Amino acid sequence: MIGELAVRFLLGGLVVCVFAAIGDALKPKSLAGIFGAAPSVALVTLALVFAKEDGAYAALEGRSMVAGAVALLAYSLVVSRVLLRRTGQSPINALVMGSLAWIVWLVVAFSLWGLFLR
Amino acid sequence: VGLVPEVKTAGEITVDLGQPGQSGWKAYVVRFAFGGAVTASAGLIAQVYGPVVGGLFLAFPAILPASITLIESHDGGRAAGAGALGAAIGSLGLMAFGALVWGLGLHLSAWQVLAGSALIWLVVSALLWGMFEWARRSRQQAQRNGPNPG
Repeated sequence: MIGELAVRFLLGGLVVCVFAAIGDALKPKSLAGIFGAAPSVALVTLALVFAKEDGAYAALEGRSMVAGAVALLAYSLVVSRVLLRRTGQSPINALVMGSLAWIVWLVVAFSLWGLFLR
Repeated sequence: VGLVPEVKTAGEITVDLGQPGQSGWKAYVVRFAFGGAVTASAGLIAQVYGPVVGGLFLAFPAILPASITLIESHDGGRAAGAGALGAAIGSLGLMAFGALVWGLGLHLSAWQVLAGSALIWLVVSALLWGMFEWARRSRQQAQRNGPNPG
């Protein structure tokens, strides 16, 4: 159990850094931002799922991932709208907004889960 | 702000291979830690609550706060907003990724599903970004030309 979690941690961290490096190298930043929504966690998780479980398990995770991506869309739109509209005196920076908006992701993702997936 | 928000971005796509180094190792350590933690957590949640709940976290914005903070420090606040908007476009590609795994997970081999899903994410995201840029430039062009007399 601990060993499997360690493998997930290492592979997840590594793949996230690869996509992040690609995003860092790209301009304009709206194009680079696409790599902020790269399927890094999904690729590692699903590769391990396929190694351990069957295709049906992966398909179930894929279905839920669609709902998670809808929540990510809501999250990203809220963050971009606030950051693009803030004034010079605003105390909200990207780190604060990006972290606070996790609440948006959780609310949307679990609302969709309650409505369509449970 | 209408359907296509006003985002001032450099028009040309550039790849700066020196940029990752400029970001500093600290930024990568933070992303490694967050990415690793969310990947491990997604597996743990799936084991405890099942794949339906666990699958939600395959699209959790784990490293976005760190990424847009980095953009903000290098290129300013509006660029960070543009980065978040890019993530919104990428999330549509992520929906296509999930839909492909959902639809083909039972029918194809693991590598076919994963390679196909990664490809569809890239194609959908790039196409949508291209459409967004085209709409943004068209609007800017129309604004430059001004209102049509008569």
